[in-house]
Amino acid sequence: MYIYDEYDQRIVEDRAKQFRDQVRRYLAGEFSEAEFLPLRLQNGLYIQRYAPMLRIAVPYGVLSSERLRKLAHIARHYDKGFAHITTRQNIHFNWPNLEDVPDILEELASVQMHAIQTSGNCIRNTTTDQFAGVAADELIDPRPWCEIVRQWSTFHPEFAFLPRKFKIAINGAEEDRAVIGIHDIGLNAVRNEAGELGFQVLVGGGLGRTPMVGAEIRSFLPWPHLLTYLEAILRVYNRYGRRDNKFKARIKILVKALTPEVFAEKVEAEWQNLKDGSATLTEAELQRVSKYFVSPELESFAGDDAGYLDKRSSDNGFNNWATRNVQAHRAPGYAAVTLSLKQTSIAPGDISAEQLDAAAELADQYSLGEIRSTHYQNLVLPYVRQQDLYELWQKCRELGFATPNIGLLTDIICCPGGDFCSLANAKSIPIAESIQAQFDDLDYLYDIGDMELNISGCMNACGHHHVGHIGILGVDKKGEEFYQVSLGGKSGRDAAIGKILGPSFAAIQMPTVVQKLIDVYVENRTPEERFIDTYERIGMAPFKERVYAADN
Amino acid sequence: MQQIIKGNQVVPDTWEMLAKDASLEQLTNSGDIIVPLAMWLEHAHALKARDGRLGVWLDADEEAESIADDLEHFAVIALNFPVFSDGRSYSNARLLRDRYQYQGELRSIGDVLRDQLFFMHRCGFDAYALREDHDPHAALASLNDFSEVYQAATDQPLPLFRRR
Repeated sequence: MYIYDEYDQRIVEDRAKQFRDQVRRYLAGEFSEAEFLPLRLQNGLYIQRYAPMLRIAVPYGVLSSERLRKLAHIARHYDKGFAHITTRQNIHFNWPNLEDVPDILEELASVQMHAIQTSGNCIRNTTTDQFAGVAADELIDPRPWCEIVRQWSTFHPEFAFLPRKFKIAINGAEEDRAVIGIHDIGLNAVRNEAGELGFQVLVGGGLGRTPMVGAEIRSFLPWPHLLTYLEAILRVYNRYGRRDNKFKARIKILVKALTPEVFAEKVEAEWQNLKDGSATLTEAELQRVSKYFVSPELESFAGDDAGYLDKRSSDNGFNNWATRNVQAHRAPGYAAVTLSLKQTSIAPGDISAEQLDAAAELADQYSLGEIRSTHYQNLVLPYVRQQDLYELWQKCRELGFATPNIGLLTDIICCPGGDFCSLANAKSIPIAESIQAQFDDLDYLYDIGDMELNISGCMNACGHHHVGHIGILGVDKKGEEFYQVSLGGKSGRDAAIGKILGPSFAAIQMPTVVQKLIDVYVENRTPEERFIDTYERIGMAPFKERVYAADN
Repeated sequence: MQQIIKGNQVVPDTWEMLAKDASLEQLTNSGDIIVPLAMWLEHAHALKARDGRLGVWLDADEEAESIADDLEHFAVIALNFPVFSDGRSYSNARLLRDRYQYQGELRSIGDVLRDQLFFMHRCGFDAYALREDHDPHAALASLNDFSEVYQAATDQPLPLFRRR
């Protein structure tokens, strides 16, 4: 994990101090609401339906037990005892007082955390694979690159007032768990024929009102040029992105209007002026940052732990959990474990202060003190010995982390929706809950198999509904909440935007609608097909027919 | 007379700003003026013939490139922020300083608020005409909001990673 030196520390402390003064001036009436808005947003502070909401940055999802305990403390002392994992690996607190936020930032700075640029029209938290550094299919560890981009983007003076928000994601593995195709910039680590490391650069992906998968503007960017090239992209966007219409201000609209080819030419021309400048990365800097991400000393095991395998064959409940919540590790005898925050009746991604403390304890005891947040709104223990898994499972069951549903229909990605968010058109949490309740039979859930069901309470698509195999979008029809369903979205390497099924439904219909979609799948699938495969083979029509059949 | 921040001080502003629709006929021969880009592009010859000093101002949608060859004629270049959340002038500032080596006064005008000063300074501005309802004396403190920075910019040509 990256450890701040005196410079990094000074920057977050200066920020806490700066924001304290900004809040003081706001409370003294020296700002208009409109002037304070971008300042508080760039510190992750929203004014929501019931209270301010504070979004804390978890750079590329890396946490530690120490940080979790601090978050637990904040949840207890400044909130109502809860935190929420967001779909961009960050943390929300839903009930802080504005007056307390400077104190919270100070508390965060004491564990090298902050809320810098977690909202506003600036460069946001850089996200990546939750299994970075431990995944078996990894080409390079993306975390040092994320940290390098974090530092470059933090208070970048030229790009603090972009046309719109800006999200960068980096993938270093064969599979793309970072979903780089739906980010403003997606960076994919690649090697050229000479074996040198570089990045494939995608630009203009994003969800929201105009969902799009990013277009490649460069197939191989040698790594030393990463920052100067990013600077060129951002400068072109800052200068030419639309500012007259909020809904057309994302970089994807500019890329589409110019065509990716012309956009690439503009970037290239700008880059020629920046290339080889002082922002060119050095081997020394790469080494400096990388040394914080060197794999910790792990015990050496010949292969899978026999006791673990025995338990799997003798204990069905454990085996279910191991099948869904335990992921392969590159080190023999180790595993990465996902703590599910998708228990029915608890809002997806919500975690109590007690659970935060308990997760910290688990991280210390079983995972070298490290823990990750995921864009699926779960937590991951990245370094667990297989021999400890059975014991860990038992503890997870007591703590509410053991719901064996990772990657299944009930592992729903879900934004806070109308219960909290003032942008939302409709509630999303109760929809998630009603669907989870409909599919509460574990055997059935397993039979349905791999499935991504994502819910957003509005067009802004924080719940990634466009890339869910089943996507659900809350819409407002004459003041009433309705839900539009889309099918066929995909995240990962072959990311795709789902297609709308048809007219929207009332909240109460949603469990039945999903049930019918699943029925069509179960009736039509071949043995090896997932829901998405069957959908792609048989198309929208049979699903549509069933759901809108007249007798219903 | 409006006061502006120049360098690290509050000083009276001795320049006259001309609006976008100002006409050449209004101008006096002496006196320091900052003219809109369009007037410069159309009347460069006449403007150069005046005795008073000359500055030019660019709106956020006008490009630094359009005056890149003329910089020697300007004692001041002012870049407008129509609203403080419009960040285009930051890029224009950096281009003028870093690419075209402009050495004269670079002034922010328009919706200029104290919490943006630190960023402006980093992008090469050295003068700030704060919005009239803001106190430039109080704003001075914000030029020092941060004691360290990560990335290279106009004020600090080396990124932290080449200095740490």
